[in-house]
Amino acid sequence: MTETIEPVTGPALEVKDLAFAYPGGTQALFGVDLAIGTGERVALLGPNGAGKTTLVLHLNGVHAAQAGSVRVGGLPVVKEHLQEVRRRVGIVFQDPDDQLFMPTVRDDVAFGPANLGLRGDELDERVVQALTAVGMEAFADRAPHHLSFGQRRRVSVATVLAMRPQILVLDEPSSNLDPASRRELADILRSLDITMLMVTHDLPYALELCPRSLVMNGGRIVADGRTAEILADEALMSANRLELPFGFFPAQAEAERADREARRL
Amino acid sequence: MSGSHAHALYFHGHSAVHRLAPETKLVAQFLFVLIVVATPREAFWAFGLYAALVLLAAAWASIPATFLLRRLAIEIPFVAFAFFLPFVGQGERVDVLGVSLSVEGLWGAWNILAKATIGVLASSLLAATTTMAEFLTGFDRLRVPRAFTSIASFMVRYMDVIADDMRRMRIARQSRGFEGRWIWQTKAIGKSAGALFIRAYERGERVYLAMLSRGYSGSMPEMGEVHATTRQWLTASILPIVALPICAIAWVQQA
Repeated sequence: MTETIEPVTGPALEVKDLAFAYPGGTQALFGVDLAIGTGERVALLGPNGAGKTTLVLHLNGVHAAQAGSVRVGGLPVVKEHLQEVRRRVGIVFQDPDDQLFMPTVRDDVAFGPANLGLRGDELDERVVQALTAVGMEAFADRAPHHLSFGQRRRVSVATVLAMRPQILVLDEPSSNLDPASRRELADILRSLDITMLMVTHDLPYALELCPRSLVMNGGRIVADGRTAEILADEALMSANRLELPFGFFPAQAEAERADREARRL
Repeated sequence: MSGSHAHALYFHGHSAVHRLAPETKLVAQFLFVLIVVATPREAFWAFGLYAALVLLAAAWASIPATFLLRRLAIEIPFVAFAFFLPFVGQGERVDVLGVSLSVEGLWGAWNILAKATIGVLASSLLAATTTMAEFLTGFDRLRVPRAFTSIASFMVRYMDVIADDMRRMRIARQSRGFEGRWIWQTKAIGKSAGALFIRAYERGERVYLAMLSRGYSGSMPEMGEVHATTRQWLTASILPIVALPICAIAWVQQA
């Protein structure tokens, strides 16, 4: 994982001047601009109602851009390309009970690749690989509602990985997880070699996993930079209703992480 | 009971019967019950043989007979009215322990009781050896329209989730001093039911979004089109194939 902020190999995801209002008239996005390079892990921070989820639903064409554009690996997100866009962008939704709707874990993980037309051995192989990547291969024949919450979250990630996306988008990946499951998920996410956009309120999690952060507020991107610097910018933080948990010091955590990584090498 | 297959009627095991392709079991059970129902009621011995057949199959599946017999309780409300037939039946009457009973009624009661009991036994055996997911696959492979199997599969998947929602709402009501026992409090319960419906509806929308995001385009993909082998079909058909001559002999005797 490189620590560079500038995209190295051209943007995996490019959003230009994106605006969107809901049918009721509420405008949610007022010209969003962002670019994410291949292999980057980026956190999307911001208060409730900032437009984060609305933005996410544009990335795979669930919402169509009313103004501006979204490109995934250079491919514009428009109706003709929806199937390919949805293969390239994998979204893990917040509630695993929404994501997992098939009777068994295996069927659920197979759902995406089967929609892409895979069958037989190739399909089985995808399922096994995706489940192995999240450490859930032993649970393939279980019913989703018999798994713990943390296990369901991991299977949700696998359902998306099975489609071999170019970008993994996670909506609140650490929400409702107990500390051990939260750490296990972090280990899994770190082990994946994939471009990642993570919507989260969990700022320590963002710092741990994402070298770069975007701050969104009022339907715009208001800050873009190194996560450690953003979290240390008190004026920016309070202007956007972002708060660090009690006793958490980004600089100290950064140093600790660098230390841990050095020891791992 | 292992986590994957926990529906209440399932009995975890790895017998040959458990491993049979679900569609073969479904067809075999259906045919068997048809044969049982088509048997003339006068052939007592035939019903004895049918019951023995089912219990043999259960033994082969290593399902304890007591497990199946306990499941028989489900038929009680359905056959309860059969017990009245001997009392209310018309025609010729006999005295049993000083009570006058209708002969036709007695035959009717026996007919219902015997056929229902064997039918329930056979169904319990099927349920005990087949997981919910297998049932769905079985119906799918039997060419039941995918719209039906999908609806059933969503129901199976979300029944527990919705039951959980309901339980949480009940606890929240109770925590605020609500005891749902009195008739005039039905209003609050009605409102909870409404809220539950809205929640389920909203979840439906979110699930649909998640499906769209994974490339859903209006029809469920066909997965794992493995079909039962001839050997499996043959194995499963032992039950109806043995039952058929029993039924035939009973009719020949009758004539």
